[in-house]
Amino acid sequence: MKFGTTLAAVALVFSGVMATADTMKMAVTTSFHNSGLSDVLLPEIQKDLGLEVQLLVVGTGQALRLGEAGDVDAILVHSKKAEEAFVAGGYGTHRREIMYNDFVLIGPNADPAKIAESETVVQALSAISETKAAFVSRGDDSGTHKKELSLWAEAGVDAAARSVDWYKEAGAGMGASLNTASGMNGYIMSDRASWLKFGNKGELELLYSGDPELFNQYAYIPVNPEKHGHVQAELAQKLEAWLVSDRAKELIDGYTLKGGRLFIFNAEQ
Amino acid sequence: MVTSILPLTVTDAVVRRRGKTLLGPISTTVSDSGLSIVMGPNGAGKTTLLRLLHGMERVSGGGSLQWQIPEEDARALQAFVFQAPIMMRRTALDNVAYPLMTHGVSKKDARARAVEWLERVGLADSAQKQATVLSGGERQKLALARALIRKPEILFLDEPCANLDGRATREFEALLMQAFKEGTRVVMSTHDIGQARRLAEDVWFIHHGHILEQTPAEEFFASPKTSEARAFINGDIVE
Amino acid sequence: MNELLAGLLEAGRLIVTFDADLIEISLRSLQVTLTAVAIASAIGLPLGCWLAVRRFRFRRFVIATLNALMGLPPVVVGLIVYLLLSRAGPFGVFGLLFTPTAMIIAQVIILTPLIASIAHQAIRELWAQYHDLLISMNTTRWQRIATLLWDGRRALLTASLAGFGRGIGEVGAIMIVGGNIDNATRVLTTAISLETGKGNFSLALALGFVLIGLAVVVNLLIHTLSRTEVSGRW
Repeated sequence: MKFGTTLAAVALVFSGVMATADTMKMAVTTSFHNSGLSDVLLPEIQKDLGLEVQLLVVGTGQALRLGEAGDVDAILVHSKKAEEAFVAGGYGTHRREIMYNDFVLIGPNADPAKIAESETVVQALSAISETKAAFVSRGDDSGTHKKELSLWAEAGVDAAARSVDWYKEAGAGMGASLNTASGMNGYIMSDRASWLKFGNKGELELLYSGDPELFNQYAYIPVNPEKHGHVQAELAQKLEAWLVSDRAKELIDGYTLKGGRLFIFNAEQ
Repeated sequence: MVTSILPLTVTDAVVRRRGKTLLGPISTTVSDSGLSIVMGPNGAGKTTLLRLLHGMERVSGGGSLQWQIPEEDARALQAFVFQAPIMMRRTALDNVAYPLMTHGVSKKDARARAVEWLERVGLADSAQKQATVLSGGERQKLALARALIRKPEILFLDEPCANLDGRATREFEALLMQAFKEGTRVVMSTHDIGQARRLAEDVWFIHHGHILEQTPAEEFFASPKTSEARAFINGDIVE
Repeated sequence: MNELLAGLLEAGRLIVTFDADLIEISLRSLQVTLTAVAIASAIGLPLGCWLAVRRFRFRRFVIATLNALMGLPPVVVGLIVYLLLSRAGPFGVFGLLFTPTAMIIAQVIILTPLIASIAHQAIRELWAQYHDLLISMNTTRWQRIATLLWDGRRALLTASLAGFGRGIGEVGAIMIVGGNIDNATRVLTTAISLETGKGNFSLALALGFVLIGLAVVVNLLIHTLSRTEVSGRW
């Protein structure tokens, strides 16, 4: 009886889940997905190219690993050094810059470190470390995390100086880290999109942005078919052509979230 | 039935468990007819003896059980009724039909014959009840029907009435006697001397794992040969 | 408190409006977990029964292993299955990573020890009861196993349901091997995790309530079906 019921249920369920079309898998970063831009681009890609792009939303580190293993057909990430190493290692055919967005510094509206008055991001971070105000780091080896670390290095605050209790490594994605920051009422560096979309702001607000140091370049890298014969190189190429087209430019530049523009298209066409 | 499985010859059979000898060595013959009652104080080895004869105990010490036909075939013509009847989680009807269904009889025929047996033991009304909700007396009658449905040549019963009240005991004894009169060889243990007097044709008295006496019932009760048996009949504590 | 209330309201709204996304991921949750439970039961129930009935040299070892595997963290299972199914791994050629099949494989690995272990305990009890009777009645080994499986079916159903309960709420393994791809491998639990990550607590909670509701409905359904059958026959 039970088995029969189970079978019937399984049959019912399976019947609803079948689709055949060109599909490819692309690993993207959490920050890109959280921006909501993918929800605009993917249906258009489907419409224009008849191509279903399945997104694996992961950290930059895992995205690169997925590409190395050949588990995805292309990656779209934002960590230039790691990307160049990826291409140099022969895992990707080439690196194509598409667009950039920016990082912002978030903190409690009381702003104990007064970073809102800073002139550069380096100055803002120095102020946070001097006041020992709570700061939440992604701590997950993601692109955002790497960017944050390089900024700390510029500010002259080394790992030893940060290994104290005001600096917390969340070891989690952007949203989860924002949740942590919100819970602790601490400072955090976030990409602008994740911040705008974040629903649990509490007493946090955007305190500092605009330094070109905080710009965040996204690049598209097709996985090398010479390493992995099964990758959908042709589809990846089609997608690349679309991503640098005027159509994509229009959609990317025109995308706004809660009234704010998020991305600036800068691909060489 | 061309060949009977009886008589059974037991030679030097010993039952050991965890290095302790529970029974034997036993050498005896189980004749092809009769109603034997196994008696003896608690712990004497009555249950172990019945289980040994039924082939449920490993025989150690080089002893053997010798039926008239190969052991495997003989197994099919025996049945056992346990002191605490084991009720399967099925209806009373399916409990009785079970031995037939596991031995090549179709479900329909097995159930039809099970109905007859339930009528015979007076449980026809309970056929569709879960066996586990039956009373103690009903359970033991059900167990008897289940044991007899494959028409065994020999039926072993291990103190079947130990937990029954007087009325249930009387009903059970009547059903047992009916089966005996129809030709079933019966070997039953009891520590109820009254029951032994009512039923026994011959008595096996066992003590400390040995058969001390195997004598016709009248003789046993009139003049027991051993002091242990005498003490037992007199109601003394036998150590 | 407000978040909880908002979550409940949102859950109600999603259900009442037959939200297409909600229906899709709920069905996929059911598809993955029911399939995994069916396969894990097909392996685990007879295995548990066999372990209860058979005496063999490594029996204790196998049972101990089974009990240990029951506590296996799903994330570890997920990672192992991920590495096995990755294109760079030994089963990479099948291209199963990030498909519902991969999620089912991971769940089968998680659920089988659980189902087998519960089945083993239930059948061991039943076997202790039935042992003498079935030996006395000269049944074959397969008849014994079949009898125990049938007479113990209520307990075994409970074992399968426990498996379902664990599977439907599992997120660690299926997140890793499924990838939480929209329209392909997103299920209720991974969606909850995603929405929590975005700080959309009310939507995450709403999905959580749907998940709980689904688990309750499936449990009730199976119990009712088995009881109907029971009263019909007994």
